[in-house]
Amino acid sequence: MRHLLSIEELDRAAIEQILARAESFAEVGRRDIKKVPTLRGRTVISLFYEASTRTSASFDLAAKRLSADLVSMKAATSSVEKGESLLDTVATLSAYDPAAIVIRHPQAGAARIVAEHTPAAVVNAGDGKHEHPSQALLDVFALRRRLGALDGANIWIVGDVLHSRVARSNLLAFQRMGAAVTVCGPPTLIPRGIEASGCAVEYSLDRLGEADVIYTLRMQHERMRGAYVPSLAEYAEHFQISPRRLSARQLVMHPGPVNRGVELAGSVLDEERCLVTDQVAAGLVVRMAILYELLAGQDPTEAESGDSRAGGDDDASRAGGTALGVVGRSA
Amino acid sequence: MSLDSSPLAGRGGPAADLIISRVRALDPVAGIDGVYDLVVRGGRIEALAEPGSAADAAGSGGAAGRAGAADAAGSAATELIDGEGLTAFPGFFDPHVHLRTPGQEHKEDLQTGTRAAAAGGYCGVIAMANTSPPVSTPADIAALRERAATQASIPVGFLATATVGMAGEELTEMVALRQAGAIGFSDDGLPIRDAAIMRRVLQYQRMCGGNLALHEEEPALSADGVMHEGEVSAILGLAGIPAASERVQVERDIALAEFEGGRIHLQHLSCAESVAAVRAAKARIAAGETPEGFAVTAEATPHHLCLTDEAVRSLDPARFKMNPPLRSEADRQALLEGLRDGTVECVATDHAPHAPEDKQVPFEQAAMGVTGLEVAFAALHTELVLGGAIGLELLVDRLAGGAEPFGIARPSLAVGSEANVALCDLGMEWVPGAEGYESRSTNCWCDGRRLTGRPVVTLAAGRIAYRLRSFSVGAV
Repeated sequence: MRHLLSIEELDRAAIEQILARAESFAEVGRRDIKKVPTLRGRTVISLFYEASTRTSASFDLAAKRLSADLVSMKAATSSVEKGESLLDTVATLSAYDPAAIVIRHPQAGAARIVAEHTPAAVVNAGDGKHEHPSQALLDVFALRRRLGALDGANIWIVGDVLHSRVARSNLLAFQRMGAAVTVCGPPTLIPRGIEASGCAVEYSLDRLGEADVIYTLRMQHERMRGAYVPSLAEYAEHFQISPRRLSARQLVMHPGPVNRGVELAGSVLDEERCLVTDQVAAGLVVRMAILYELLAGQDPTEAESGDSRAGGDDDASRAGGTALGVVGRSA
Repeated sequence: MSLDSSPLAGRGGPAADLIISRVRALDPVAGIDGVYDLVVRGGRIEALAEPGSAADAAGSGGAAGRAGAADAAGSAATELIDGEGLTAFPGFFDPHVHLRTPGQEHKEDLQTGTRAAAAGGYCGVIAMANTSPPVSTPADIAALRERAATQASIPVGFLATATVGMAGEELTEMVALRQAGAIGFSDDGLPIRDAAIMRRVLQYQRMCGGNLALHEEEPALSADGVMHEGEVSAILGLAGIPAASERVQVERDIALAEFEGGRIHLQHLSCAESVAAVRAAKARIAAGETPEGFAVTAEATPHHLCLTDEAVRSLDPARFKMNPPLRSEADRQALLEGLRDGTVECVATDHAPHAPEDKQVPFEQAAMGVTGLEVAFAALHTELVLGGAIGLELLVDRLAGGAEPFGIARPSLAVGSEANVALCDLGMEWVPGAEGYESRSTNCWCDGRRLTGRPVVTLAAGRIAYRLRSFSVGAV
């Protein structure tokens, strides 16, 4: 794997490999000294053109835990419009010889363009409404820890799917991992044609009882302006996930930040069934795993030549286990 | 396509005297399909002679006493082109190109744009008026025609905007614009938003004539869309332009033109519903159910005929971002059916050059439009003719079909016609962009794609407008 640009281009084996790596970092996290020297002397640049709390913080911390030198940049979108182009910025930053660039940008495909113009490994930390692959990977990680496996699980993604990159990455990732996905929300917020990705579509919560897991999306206040919904109260009436709509076995997830009382009743957040804090914790170890796989994981071409030389037994000796060599070849 | 008192303007030059020997000449409208020596004299097609006869006569110096075409052809100045294995078509005519002049000459100008057209086998083009500033005054038209007379490799017709500055609020001085040489009117790039303004334009058209070329979309429905709204936009998270946006405007403007007895040309149709609306309108006209003067013509672009929104998965705006957007396979099939049954009478490239800095940005931010003049024939020949979707005869008919809707005589190979010829090597394989472009811009939808078939010599308005550099010709 050279870049992480989308879930779309990952197969199940590639996802499994990152999750296995994240498990090994979770183990490191329980030690007194939580830092490993893997990326010592290498530079990671995080470049955020949009506001972010948890994604930028956890990527920064992940890079530090791996002993990388970190440059963390926040660019206002307005400066992009009136000044330096994205590619000029990337050319400038590439002169520092970064091993990886983590980028969030308000426009779809930004990470891909950057990847085409820098020798660094590129991690898409959210591009417009397109994808947010690290979020999907951490969600799968957190959910798998609770459920064991996602195979056969029935997952509902509820809310503003139209404007959500998290929804797009997650509906792909959940399906790759064997789950059945339903997207649910008012028709104004469900993109036309989304069922082509393999998911089912519901416009009401009437059949929410079929869900094993309910993944709620943030409902943004500005959506009323485009007449997507008449009011947040009306939205909450029809689509809020609240204790009265839930049965005991159902789990609830949310990518944060939560609008309490809009898409999610505040009390649900405090229940054992709610995985929100698990998701945040998973964010760190999964993002460490992503950086590790891109920068220290085995290059697929090397893996093949390594196999022909030494029968591939040096793969198995690496931290993180046997999955690495196998997936390295297929990635 | 004579330039005197014509709505077209071009550089002119010495009238061609040449013989294309043993060439397959194919002009379905003129009923020509056979191997001939194609003799051009003084810029006109003088004869379609027995293969070998005219060339031999020319080769022997035009000895006195020889009969027929050979006699006429023999001249020291006559150029001989070996047409063996090549095919001559009537020159192509593109009713929809952006030459970016005035104001954006860093993208294209009259010289580079018409050279690109000539390289694509075109003998005439119509330039859109959405320049910077837009072509809205008689002086603008006069200046462009004057400039074309020294710079354009092939004749160009210039449209004027229908509303001042394309703002959609006030009519331009349509009568004066026509008198200054505007071939017609268009706010292309934008729809005419206000239905009442559209109605006034159609009413005024009765006074001044000139076709009205329409870019059809409902702005509120297209909004911030950057691609076709459908399965691909859903998964890419890109704002979509629904097919209904085009359809509602097409249906509105057909209704208004029918009501006013107006003449409209619908640009770059992209969806099945639009094709159906045009087909229904033409059926009403054919049945004599519509008012005097009402006429509808329509065009489709090579990229809409060859590609679907699946191409956008690459998120490459240079090749795949344009408006109207690439749509579904069902839409593409409907366009092909429209092309076959004549609902869509012509292919237009909507050649839209853009600078690299407008395209080397994220998809949503990139400018709309792709270039296509140099590749239109090759792409359609490769994808549709060799692909089995349409015949060669239909293709060459539709590539020349853009002239008549704007009152220009259809290019023809018939003896006596002005020489407008696209001489093509149907077997030549090439990759657009590999040797650069004649156009100043590189945002070609076929960039890097292997194509089969290529124009090697173009005659426009009786003059040699283009020869492929690697294609050798010899004076006799």
